[in-house]
Amino acid sequence: MIWIDTIVQGVLLGGLYALFAAGLSLVFGIMRLVNLAHGDLIVMAAYLILVVVSVLGLNPFVAAVIAAPIMFVFGWILQKGVLNRTLGEDILPPLLVTFGLSVVIQNALLEGFSADSQRISMGPLETASVSAGPVTVGLLPLLTFASAILVIVGLNWIFYRTSIGRAYRATSDDPVTASLMGIRPDRVFASAMGLALIVVTIAALYLGTRSNFDPYVGPARLIYAFEAVIIGGLGSLWGTLAGGVIIGVAQTVGASINPEWQILAGHVAFLVVLLIRPRGLFPRAVD
Amino acid sequence: MITRRRLLKSGAAGGLVLSSGGLAAPAIAQGTTVRIGYVSPQSGPLAGFAEADAFTIEMFNRVAAEQGLNVEVLVRDSQSNPNRAADVAQELIIDDEIHLMLVASTPETTNPVSTVCESEGIPTISTKAPWQPWFIGQQGNPGAPDSWRPFDYTFHYFWGLEDVIAVFTNMWDQLDTNKQVGGLFPNDADGNAWGDPNVGVAPGFAEAGYTTVDPGRYQNLTDDFSAQINAFREANCEIVTGVVIPPDFTTFRNQALQQGFSPKAITVAKAILFPQSVETLGEAGHNLSSEVWWSANHPFTSSLTGQGCGDLAAAFTEATGRPWTQPIGFVHSLFEMAADVVKRADDPTDPDLVAETIAATDLETIVGRIAWNGEGVPPFAAQNVCKTPLVGGQWRRQDDGSFELAVVDNTTAPDIPTQGVMEALA
Repeated sequence: MIWIDTIVQGVLLGGLYALFAAGLSLVFGIMRLVNLAHGDLIVMAAYLILVVVSVLGLNPFVAAVIAAPIMFVFGWILQKGVLNRTLGEDILPPLLVTFGLSVVIQNALLEGFSADSQRISMGPLETASVSAGPVTVGLLPLLTFASAILVIVGLNWIFYRTSIGRAYRATSDDPVTASLMGIRPDRVFASAMGLALIVVTIAALYLGTRSNFDPYVGPARLIYAFEAVIIGGLGSLWGTLAGGVIIGVAQTVGASINPEWQILAGHVAFLVVLLIRPRGLFPRAVD
Repeated sequence: MITRRRLLKSGAAGGLVLSSGGLAAPAIAQGTTVRIGYVSPQSGPLAGFAEADAFTIEMFNRVAAEQGLNVEVLVRDSQSNPNRAADVAQELIIDDEIHLMLVASTPETTNPVSTVCESEGIPTISTKAPWQPWFIGQQGNPGAPDSWRPFDYTFHYFWGLEDVIAVFTNMWDQLDTNKQVGGLFPNDADGNAWGDPNVGVAPGFAEAGYTTVDPGRYQNLTDDFSAQINAFREANCEIVTGVVIPPDFTTFRNQALQQGFSPKAITVAKAILFPQSVETLGEAGHNLSSEVWWSANHPFTSSLTGQGCGDLAAAFTEATGRPWTQPIGFVHSLFEMAADVVKRADDPTDPDLVAETIAATDLETIVGRIAWNGEGVPPFAAQNVCKTPLVGGQWRRQDDGSFELAVVDNTTAPDIPTQGVMEALA
């Protein structure tokens, strides 16, 4: 019975990782930008939600709805003003700039909010759970997983059913030809970063309620998010969810044997997938 | 060990002093400003330990001026980074030519600074790290007790692992449990020290009749504790202990509640040290227990200002608008020590005399009596380690959602008053 519980908990954990990874996957897929500040952006969004909650006294879910457009604008300006200037043939400048951005965000948050542990409170929902046969699962992890699926359904809809999605795909495939057709890549990239930061806000909501955060926790989960993106295959959002679940299940199964193997098991699963399918499970683009 | 200063000294004894004449004459002690270096983690993840630094140093400068002490405090930030701590210690010694070093807050800060000062021959007073990681961690070979050597210039006061074991088991003895203890020990310096099956907490718990269930080391900042929860549930643990960082403790506590695992006592170090961390838990923080090294209710007074613990805590809250935390008393005591040593030393600029003065300390401070008399410390560390009292406390949630720390067990230090008895978790 514990085995079923372990797998279920792993799948739910995978939802959290997929949520962390979805924004990364989007940015990586469209502009080939490896955003090393992704984790810090999540923490920044968590602080933004916290501020809205404590100043306006709103429910955290409502606060996230208010925070999302602010993060979208921030992402737009960030991409337009800073990151667009770094994109080009060389992949190093964006890497270095986002690394620097990560340091800047951490220290700005430290200045503004001190090193205190913070948490977004959800009241009784935090510890609520539902029983299904032999397993008891928390409502909040369940909500996290459901949100991950919704986010991916939503992003897929934007990608394949809207004109901005067509522009994303076109620019991703060939920015030069796309711009001949009247698409302006810098704007497409700016809106993609804005969209990614909306996903970041949703991830921040669940990071901030699941556990404490302080200005320094951002980079810790970045590695799992990267692995989920790579396992899933470049540009595939469903693949990112699958990647997250694979890492989550590998970690909980590893931990149930011995907690020392928790992290290792996730990394081993990542390497095994890369050995069998070097381009990930569901690669979209050939490049 | 041959140090620069000892070489100079033996050189002087060997007659070199005759040829160098006036150069070797003692510096004019009176009238020389005594420079005191202070290294602490003012930024980074450990910044909470140093939040009373500015408040304390302001107080120290004021009192020193009143008492006519000619001192200057040079503060350096370790940025919570051991390498940085060693660098700034070097700078203080070489560029600023300090006469006395103070260092505090976790082995990540105290150890690199103490090591640098020991090799440079700068007298050092260190605190706020359990003494085993401080003393044993600085030895050339921590695994070989025969090779451990005492230090000539560095002195440390705090408590040790044996005190934590005594405090935790005393608290649990107040409850009616099946004596099965689940341990959460991460894969870091603290977790490995506590979780060691031979020299960690488990043998001590066993002596008091408690069985420890240790599923194994986990990585810090983990997002899932279901493996540990299942292991504790299978072993029917009614007590959970460990040395856990705050975010992980929140994750564990929530998952345990979600999955219906509710032990009678949760007694952890580190995670619930600061009221801010406990507040993030909300109702789930009520009656969590921990070791208490200092509180506003401790019966001690400051040798510098004459304030009691309650007065000091109130003054801190008034000055900063923040609740008192345990490190405040210890930072204060460190500067009490500095003032005491400068006052008593014949020549506060002579490292060997200052080291002798520190070793001869017998001072009632705001954290209790400090004297390196070897009381309660094994012989190998007696020269350098002094122990301060440790008791057990529980966080009690108030009606307004804030938390107060109540001392619930004082078997280990009966002169510290209790504010209640140990209560089981709901």
